[in-house]
Amino acid sequence: MKRVSVKMNFILTTILVIGSGFFLLFANNSFGDYWSRIITLIAIYAIMAVSYTLVNGVTGIFSLGHAGFIAVGAYTAALLTLPIHQKAMSFFIQPLIWPLNSIQMGFLPATIIGGIVAAFFAFIVGYPSLRLTGDYFAIATLAFAEIIRIVIQNSYSITNGALGLKGIPSYTTIWWSWGWLLVTIVVIGSLKFSSYGRALRALSEDTVAARAMGINVFRHQLMAFVVSGFFAGIGGALYAHWLTTIDPRPTSLGIMLTFYVLIMIVLGGLGSISGAVLGAIFFAIAAQWLRIVESPMNLFGLKIPGIPGMSMLIFATVFILIMLFWRRGIMGKRELSWQLFYNFFLKEAGDRN
Amino acid sequence: MIEISKKKSVLKLENLTIKFGGLTAVDSFNGYLNEGELVGLIGPNGAGKTTIFNMITGIYKPTFGNVIFNNIDITGMKPHVITHLGVARTFQNIRLFSEMTVLENVLVGEHSWLTNFAAQKVLYKHNPKVYRRPKWKPWFWSAVLKTPDYLKMEREMRDHALELLKAVDLERYANLKASALPYGPQRKLEIARALATKPMLLLLDEPAAGMNPQETQELLEFIENIRKRFSLTILLIEHDMKFVMGICERIYVLDYGKIIAHGLPKEIQNNKKVIEAYLGDEVYV
Repeated sequence: MKRVSVKMNFILTTILVIGSGFFLLFANNSFGDYWSRIITLIAIYAIMAVSYTLVNGVTGIFSLGHAGFIAVGAYTAALLTLPIHQKAMSFFIQPLIWPLNSIQMGFLPATIIGGIVAAFFAFIVGYPSLRLTGDYFAIATLAFAEIIRIVIQNSYSITNGALGLKGIPSYTTIWWSWGWLLVTIVVIGSLKFSSYGRALRALSEDTVAARAMGINVFRHQLMAFVVSGFFAGIGGALYAHWLTTIDPRPTSLGIMLTFYVLIMIVLGGLGSISGAVLGAIFFAIAAQWLRIVESPMNLFGLKIPGIPGMSMLIFATVFILIMLFWRRGIMGKRELSWQLFYNFFLKEAGDRN
Repeated sequence: MIEISKKKSVLKLENLTIKFGGLTAVDSFNGYLNEGELVGLIGPNGAGKTTIFNMITGIYKPTFGNVIFNNIDITGMKPHVITHLGVARTFQNIRLFSEMTVLENVLVGEHSWLTNFAAQKVLYKHNPKVYRRPKWKPWFWSAVLKTPDYLKMEREMRDHALELLKAVDLERYANLKASALPYGPQRKLEIARALATKPMLLLLDEPAAGMNPQETQELLEFIENIRKRFSLTILLIEHDMKFVMGICERIYVLDYGKIIAHGLPKEIQNNKKVIEAYLGDEVYV
């Protein structure tokens, strides 16, 4: 079997990135507002999914707290970019506390701070709960995410409580979201294919053996959790500036979002970064497409009124079917690589000749 | 009798005792291993052999007693620190990272090169004259950012891993999934993976389990081979008596958590207590 050389790999990847850049430029200019918003959302979902797969796939610990970190990132960044007059207007039940009510900064620093604060929360949540394993860990993280959401819902002087934040400047463009996605993939990919990534994959397979090989299991898991939290925060920040309105309902930045992202990574294949991106693409497009089933329709003469939540029903069914019959998802644990393409297309061509 | 050698002591177990609730799994075990020795630990099922391994490697904390490795008291240290200090082990039921390639399995063992700061600190504290003050390096960031420092380290790790695979004759399997290997090579790979952590003391838990006589013979030669090549001290648990008698220089026999015999293989073979433990008391009808 011929191996694709490192140089070739690099060249092809560069071409792909630049090519995607041109495609995005084209999409941005000529696909219209609706589709360019969807393409932006795809990248945001992909950031969330890639960061989630680092914990749930690569490290093999089942966390259900991702939406908590996304919410932290979203709120932090939104509070930092909201115009001061907008803050004064929104916080009419209780005014915003001091340093936040007089700060307004650019999108990039706000996003990064959002990521850092989310990473900090990931540390605080991960430190105690990583002492648990398996289902207990999942339940603990789920509870922590819910705690974060409820704290947001009730601290009126910081987050405006259940009213949420309105009028967030819509900074998130195709370029911001896809740029951050590139950063996320490069960093998490680089981590996955480093010695640390090997250690993570090893401990996901067998904690006891990994410990005997000299891996500090707790610290490595915590590290993955914090890195994942950081990018979840970035994803949240982008999401907030894409939605322009955020609130702490379970269906917006709560447990539903965790399940959306879970569907993406399971669909794409747990532990695969490229799988997570593919899952995000499928999910974002399917979610748009499934809007049809929520609108009133006329099925063979049978009049069906619009049923809100119908798309979720379909998603849930699809999710169950995936879990039952197609557990490895699109990519399994593999990554899309040029080698894979080579083996798939060219080798067959070579065999024919 | 056993002559008292002047060799350096690698491992000393002093009054090692562990209780699980009311059950005393290991009862004041006293033992030692000198540099370069190959010692067997035998006993009927449930005698507490693997429990001793787990105490040495830090998975269990002994209720009483001490584990002295290289004159350092390692009792109660974290497993990864103990591994970094130079104790490696294999498992009774093979525990390879089966989804990873053979090479990656070995590379996982070498991950300790980047993360052995805590162990370095222990060594420095133990003897500041011999060991250098450890310097902490942000290897994690170097690994993510792929700094030249890290890339050099990664290359060294890869070269060393390939060399190790060559030494155990698994080189041709390097890019195969570990689960795709036949049983014998899997055992070998587990040992190679343990060797990647650069151990002084190797603990082998039933290395010959499930092997046919020919494979066992090969394994025997293999262990002799790596022992010389990597100047290891080895403690092994085994049920295959032919194997144990053929390879071990000294043997501890354990029954119900207590040492019932200790000596050269020949002495053990004829020890009445040992025969009783394995075959049971004489029964008069």
